[in-house]
Amino acid sequence: MELAEAIILSVLAASTPLLIAATGELVTERSGVLNLGVEGMMIVGAACGFAGAWLTGSIFIGALFGIVAGTMMSLIFALMALGLAVNQVAAGLALTILGVGLSGLIGARLVGERITPAVHLSIPGLTDVPLVGRVLFGEDAFVYFSIALVVGVWWFLYRTRAGLVLRACGDNHVSAHALGYPVLRIRTFAVMFGGACAGLAGAYLPLAYTPFFIPGMTAGRGWIALALVVFASWRPGRLVVGAYLFGAVTILQLHAQGWGVGIPSQFMSALPYLATVIVLVLLSRARGGGSTAPAALGTVFVPDR
Amino acid sequence: MQLVLEKRAERSHAIALVSPLIAIGLTLATMVILFAILGKNPLLALHAYFIAPLTDAYSLQEIAVKATPLVMIAIGLSLCYLANAWNIGAEGQFLIGAVAGSWIAVRTQGTDAGAWVLPAMLVLAAAAGALYALIPAICKVRFGASEILTSLMLVYVADLFLDYLVRGPWRDPHGFNFPTTAEFDPVATVPLLIEGGRLHLGSIIALLVVAAAAILLGRTIKGFEIRVVGAAPRAARFGGFNADRLIILTFAVSGALAGLAGIIEVAGPVGHLQPGISPGYGFTAIIVAFLGRLNPLGILIAGLFLALTFIGGEQAQIAMKIPLDATKVFQGILLFYVLACDSLILYRFKLEFPNRQVTRGAG
Repeated sequence: MELAEAIILSVLAASTPLLIAATGELVTERSGVLNLGVEGMMIVGAACGFAGAWLTGSIFIGALFGIVAGTMMSLIFALMALGLAVNQVAAGLALTILGVGLSGLIGARLVGERITPAVHLSIPGLTDVPLVGRVLFGEDAFVYFSIALVVGVWWFLYRTRAGLVLRACGDNHVSAHALGYPVLRIRTFAVMFGGACAGLAGAYLPLAYTPFFIPGMTAGRGWIALALVVFASWRPGRLVVGAYLFGAVTILQLHAQGWGVGIPSQFMSALPYLATVIVLVLLSRARGGGSTAPAALGTVFVPDR
Repeated sequence: MQLVLEKRAERSHAIALVSPLIAIGLTLATMVILFAILGKNPLLALHAYFIAPLTDAYSLQEIAVKATPLVMIAIGLSLCYLANAWNIGAEGQFLIGAVAGSWIAVRTQGTDAGAWVLPAMLVLAAAAGALYALIPAICKVRFGASEILTSLMLVYVADLFLDYLVRGPWRDPHGFNFPTTAEFDPVATVPLLIEGGRLHLGSIIALLVVAAAAILLGRTIKGFEIRVVGAAPRAARFGGFNADRLIILTFAVSGALAGLAGIIEVAGPVGHLQPGISPGYGFTAIIVAFLGRLNPLGILIAGLFLALTFIGGEQAQIAMKIPLDATKVFQGILLFYVLACDSLILYRFKLEFPNRQVTRGAG
């Protein structure tokens, strides 16, 4: 039973950064913007988050550093893709290339340093309940925050007027503009929200997942988060399922290595990436071409006045 | 105050020509600020990056050697991008090409195999790169799966596969446990152009690829088809051009070129298969393609320029202890400015002051 508990705990930990980053990107894409720079924003978030915690000794301030860094990165993207009407695919790639370099520059001095990772919740009585206690009441704050984030985003998108307007921008920016909504401003906020989430998701890695920083520690998680948004067909509820599934795949490969399964570790490590390809193909096939993506996703909008 | 974009009636040809230069100028200005932040003398740093490598014959050869894979990959990518197919997994196709070609080199090691070895390696690498690129292309055409995400995921898979081979079955038994194959035999090595130098046959192949692409795009119906499908998909449909088939074709060509570049790098400058054979050539080639305006000759010049940043980055690291990652930052910023300046071709930027606007909706 202890093994099952350990596995569930590690699945939750592995899923949390994916869930946070994907939730942010879901809001961005729902507003009609495809930001492929998630990996870049995450990796800068990881470097800045670790730097913040290492300088101040506070995980909370580290997380704030990550959020601010991700938001700043997303503003560069917003300026390019929204302000200057640059192709969103190319601008997103540029953001990732820049982010990898920046995180290396920022993180150069941090390699080898250690911090005390985020504490896990401990409620006397509740956390000690067998089976469910540790899983439900023994996580770090990020895990609870990620759940609250998805619920909040769901509520915002489907239960508020602002969420409706945001979705309208993503489905038909011309109509939304004609109705008098400031499409570009709304999209800028959506991109910034995505950046803040990606930065936080990146910061989670050195602040809670491992207590140290290594260059390239995001290892493609930003891209998997992008795939998760497609997997979830742009719906927050399905995003939770997808993120935990992918977290499980990641953990499965770690444990399989520990159990000494006779498969080379590299093949197990390739599992999350292969799973992403397979899932994308199966989903697209199931939909038979009919896409559930926001209709204006990835298209340039220049207000005509 | 608000930035407003106004669509130009026609593409501005003057700006199309000078925009890469504006982009480079803006990037240099930004780097000066970055060097100052890093506490390095910006002028010395710029000298180390862009002037010093041009002053001796060894570095000049090294620039050509680094430009070779960049130009070959970027030519393939430019065909994809012109046809509006987003192959961003060239890094993976490069690695798979390197692995496939190395298979022959590893298998014939120490035997007296003849001169067929190297040509066979090149052909196999190109075929493997093409097949690897076809996976995302077919997933896209048959099932509608985003080629951006699938081609990128396959980069990680290729990277791990290479890692497995050089740590496992292909490891050099006399290699002191380092993850590398044994040095390739002379018949499995790309010949040098200058005795004792670094320049190798691959650079000639890259020039041939540039020429072939220029002819394809400028003189053939296929090249015209690629452009029409990318620029005007609706018109292309009326013209009877099949966009799906073109995605398959451009991905295959682009994968083949990346694979070829991979084996040339391994059988040339590196000399054996090991992890880290690419300092991100597949991704830097994306910048080369855009900086070169998706035009073969432009890509050749852009490839040489980006190669200069790699060599200059190494020199700056040795001479001034500037971290190597500064090169990646440089390349990322450059891509941003290139894209931003491209926007000037289609739009005119205007600053508007809302309080001076005539009230809208009156009358």
